[in-house]
Amino acid sequence: MLKMMAASKGLVTHGVSSCQGCGIELIIRNVLDVLGEDTVLVIPPGCAALFSGTGPEAAVKLAGIQGNLENSAAIASGIAAGFRHQGNEHTTVCAFCGDGATVDIGLQSLSGAMERNENILYICYDNEAYMNTGIQGSSSTPLGASTTTTPAGKPVGSKDLIQIVMAHGVPYAATASVADLGDLRRKVKKAKGIKGCRVLHIHCPCPTGWGYHSSKTIELAREGVDSGAWVLMEYENGRVKLGRRPSKLGHAEDYMKLQKRFRTAVGELTAQTNERIISRYEYLEKLERLGGE
Amino acid sequence: MSTQRETPTSTPAKRRILGPCSVVFTAANTGSWRLERPQLDESKCIRCGTCARSCPTDCITVSRDGCPVVFDWYYCKGCGICVNECPKNALSLVKERGEH
Repeated sequence: MLKMMAASKGLVTHGVSSCQGCGIELIIRNVLDVLGEDTVLVIPPGCAALFSGTGPEAAVKLAGIQGNLENSAAIASGIAAGFRHQGNEHTTVCAFCGDGATVDIGLQSLSGAMERNENILYICYDNEAYMNTGIQGSSSTPLGASTTTTPAGKPVGSKDLIQIVMAHGVPYAATASVADLGDLRRKVKKAKGIKGCRVLHIHCPCPTGWGYHSSKTIELAREGVDSGAWVLMEYENGRVKLGRRPSKLGHAEDYMKLQKRFRTAVGELTAQTNERIISRYEYLEKLERLGGE
Repeated sequence: MSTQRETPTSTPAKRRILGPCSVVFTAANTGSWRLERPQLDESKCIRCGTCARSCPTDCITVSRDGCPVVFDWYYCKGCGICVNECPKNALSLVKERGEH
């Protein structure tokens, strides 16, 4: 099927034109390493489209389709229905979408797929803006972050995707981060073994859009997890399970200081961000306790 | 990764695939982007493999014997994540074309 013009260790080619220090590349390599060859990829336009191929050139050794921004979950549902009709129960249908294709444009199709509990694995890599088209703010952009459409800092906070997903009562949902690749691989492996609509929300720092040196991708993701700006959690069978408690909960200053996009967010905005982080974490802790009872 | 196909992929009329269909598995020479490159201090390296795990291009090979860390310079973009993540500070970033 594929004409092999280059060798690679895994399922993804080594020479992909993503930016230096791109988190998506780390995520897709680890995800496909765990999912294996028996996978079909659905990728909407966005940074991840580099992996679905440009022109005749493919970057992954898997079958896949590049759809539209608004219907990745619908396309994946259709492929899953086809497999069901064929009696194929082993192939994983994986939608690999950005935050724009998930929380903004594709939310309706994802919501439908979650409602019908389609047998798909939906992965959202969250770089918190439309990076591919020139850093426009999305509804996943955090409070105070500067983008080309919110040059003075975003005046409102971001949508809480994982809680939207949890409200649909899916069999498995989790958040992960490039800060802990072992944890990310474990969650993908767990999701692979479950039937039904599974959603993974993965934090993915972007050196170009966030304004930091490309070497700090993993360090920044770690700061995000440590400050509670990104909460690692799992949702399974109606129960919430939080990861380890952030060591610097409610002190996002270090995390924000590393990034140029927060240069306009000073004083009150930082305090407001910290307050939001603490109140969200406390709410999630309450949810965790509720599930434990 | 730069040529865009403008005509539909030719197939029998009934199974006509419209739009580009990627069938050539290939790789771009991303090593040519590099402005800085990681340099290894072999005496500090403990062969833990952290650099290889955290490399976005997956171009690092860590081996038990011989040179501990081998980079594939055809693909290394010089992002420096390996340098930042190394627990023993055995890697450092140096200018690709010497000091200027």
